[in-house]
Amino acid sequence: MDYTIKIGGEAGQGIQTIGGTLARLFARSGYHVFTNQDYESRVRGGHNFYQVRLSDRQITASRDTVDILVAMDQASIILHEKELSRDGQVVYDSDALKQKYEGLHFFDTPFTQLAVAHGGQKIMANTVAIGSVLGMLEMEIDILIEILKTTFRKKGDDVIQGNVKAAEAGRNFVLKYCQKCSFTPAVRSKPRMLITGNDAIGLGAVASGLKFYSAYPMTPSTSIMNYVAGKEEEYGIIVEQAEDEIAAINMALGASFAGVRAMTGTSGGGFALMTEGLSLAGITETPIVIALAQRPGPATGLPTRTEQGDLQFALYGGHGEFPRVIFAPGTPEQAFYLTNKAFGIAEKYQIPVIIMTDQYLADAEWTYDRFDLNKIHYSDQRLRGADLQDFPDYKRHAFSDTGVFPLGVPGDSTHLIVTDSDEHDEEGHLIEDSETRMKMMDKRLFRKVPHIHEDIAPPLYYGKENADIVLTGWGSTYGVLREVVDVLSGTRSIGMLHFSEIYPLPETEKFDYLNILSKAEHALCIENNATAQFARLLRTETGYEFKGTILKYDGRPFTIDSLIKEIDDHSGRL
Amino acid sequence: MTIAEDYKGQHPAWCPGCGNFSIMKSFRDAMVEMNIEPHKFTIVSGIGQAAKFPHYTKCNTFNGLHGRALPVASGMRIVNHEHLVMVFTGDGDCYGEGGNHFVHMEGMKTKNQPFGVFSEQLNPLALAIALDCSFVARGFSGEMGHLKELMKEAVQHRGFTLVDILQPCVSFNKINTFQWYKERVYHLDGSHDAEDRVKAFEKSLEWGERIPLGVLFRNNRPVYEERIMRKGFR
Repeated sequence: MDYTIKIGGEAGQGIQTIGGTLARLFARSGYHVFTNQDYESRVRGGHNFYQVRLSDRQITASRDTVDILVAMDQASIILHEKELSRDGQVVYDSDALKQKYEGLHFFDTPFTQLAVAHGGQKIMANTVAIGSVLGMLEMEIDILIEILKTTFRKKGDDVIQGNVKAAEAGRNFVLKYCQKCSFTPAVRSKPRMLITGNDAIGLGAVASGLKFYSAYPMTPSTSIMNYVAGKEEEYGIIVEQAEDEIAAINMALGASFAGVRAMTGTSGGGFALMTEGLSLAGITETPIVIALAQRPGPATGLPTRTEQGDLQFALYGGHGEFPRVIFAPGTPEQAFYLTNKAFGIAEKYQIPVIIMTDQYLADAEWTYDRFDLNKIHYSDQRLRGADLQDFPDYKRHAFSDTGVFPLGVPGDSTHLIVTDSDEHDEEGHLIEDSETRMKMMDKRLFRKVPHIHEDIAPPLYYGKENADIVLTGWGSTYGVLREVVDVLSGTRSIGMLHFSEIYPLPETEKFDYLNILSKAEHALCIENNATAQFARLLRTETGYEFKGTILKYDGRPFTIDSLIKEIDDHSGRL
Repeated sequence: MTIAEDYKGQHPAWCPGCGNFSIMKSFRDAMVEMNIEPHKFTIVSGIGQAAKFPHYTKCNTFNGLHGRALPVASGMRIVNHEHLVMVFTGDGDCYGEGGNHFVHMEGMKTKNQPFGVFSEQLNPLALAIALDCSFVARGFSGEMGHLKELMKEAVQHRGFTLVDILQPCVSFNKINTFQWYKERVYHLDGSHDAEDRVKAFEKSLEWGERIPLGVLFRNNRPVYEERIMRKGFR
């Protein structure tokens, strides 16, 4: 079983409610789910869609074909009818669309009429639509009823009962009248957890002992802030909406200096404002985790769409020379564990760590059995209370073999904790002399970097060993690359290399990925940007040059079928 | 008990005769009189001569970026509201480069010290009163005793405090000299009701022939951390 349901319509029509409810319902039914969203930067109108794919095996990307199209407006039909699979169906309400469509693949369901007749309210038309999808898939209604009960708990029994009846009416209507519907569901299994990339970052941060998150909301990073804000009281976290991104990063640095784990998050435009603070984290050696959720630029770009266009910016943003670590998870699961690792590394080396995501990964929902909390590491690197007091002659920036000197908590002892954005001495007071300057640069940069390197994990290889075609990607393209390898491995010698710990680039001593690339007949770098920024990083650091690149910079993610076509073009042409 | 010597830091690189010396002395005396030991507070500063204050006075220090002291101080105070956090900053740093942060400051215990020529375009006291900042005062580097008392009052006040300090620049400003200020400043007396916001606003607009010193405005309302605690945080 592998079905895709697409819900299309205007902003404000409840596309997210229908799609989100279906995704939760399928996940609770024990199916594997993958969803992605496409929306415009507006509150009402325009055209948006929510695509839900469900299967009885692991899925990690979206397909180009649609099995059930729920059309809430005419544009959905104009834009997406051509995506229908052979047995695909469009379900719509001719009253609402003011248009009757002919053809065997159209199934007219009176969403509004059924809502009024059975639920009692016009607004329940969306629930009828959800019920009709269940009918098409011949699925039971019990889990939907549970979800409706939770969703409308605060609105009282009448609303709950109305919605249950509306859902049943939609489902029964389809079961009774849709002769062309021939979808068969797989057997249900135990409920799975459904989570987006950004929620996984938020969850990872909370699990890592985050205490302070300051940000100025910016799509597509805002959902991290919202997630953490939802956990404020339960976990004693402060979420502060700053007046701008400059304040956001400086507040987080203040909080970190004061002794807690702190984080900020933004998109490219906000990161531009943060770069001064990034550099401040560098010289003051203040740990900080920054989530950079990319959207297409330059400037405001396409605010609600996706791109991997900020890698070089994240690498070089911030004046001066200081160490940084950049992670780019490819899945919510990687996002969860890498966020934990980001805090670990930020605290251990007293450096900024950047977690890169993008709109596609930020909003995409994946299903998992569970995340393993035993794999979460927490170790407090700071000197507090008596430990700090007992420390003889504490100097915040004292030289050491590793370049790291423990961060003391101001006010916890009689030792003074002093740091400066100016070049400073071991105590933290500003200096001008060249000798101290050199020593401090050595401490911050050259002493730390070899140790940081040791903590960076190699890229992940998936597919046939010694493959002819090696697809290479970083960050959010993981899922689509993996499915493409699965699809093509029957007929081609193919594998993939995925980098989620990007900088410093993993050493080849542990795992010689350069050898894999060099031996492949077609080593392709696949990136959601215009200039192959990761390929440039690899060339800069190792001298390796990719033989081919597949780049997409239309603001949309790669999909399995279209990427296969491009790979065919490439490997045929080369 | 602490003594002034306990707060002695690096030797200041300020111009001889700079008002910063008397501000520093007033501050140290205030700390001695309140017996607040150097490790019991943090001074956050940005860039400029005022921002060097924490290098010259022993304390926990975060000397950050130009204009960015206030958000760092906010972050520190929010996560540890038992720790005294103060900002020493000049007018370019606080009202110019960092103006947006100043406009958005609320609920923090902070000090503010303009350095150099007072900006005619921005009236920080009027702005602070307009923002309902809970303690707004003006001191003069030439009146150290008074300044010390103002600082003490500010430190003891719960909430965001602004102490705007008039200070002649001995190197560059030949107009707003020590004499210029000395002839104009006067002390607010008991007839001024600092809890009357409209009156306070009127006083903040007084500039030119006569310049008021003292606490212009005071508002005892719940501070940031109290509002947070009410939400059930520990």
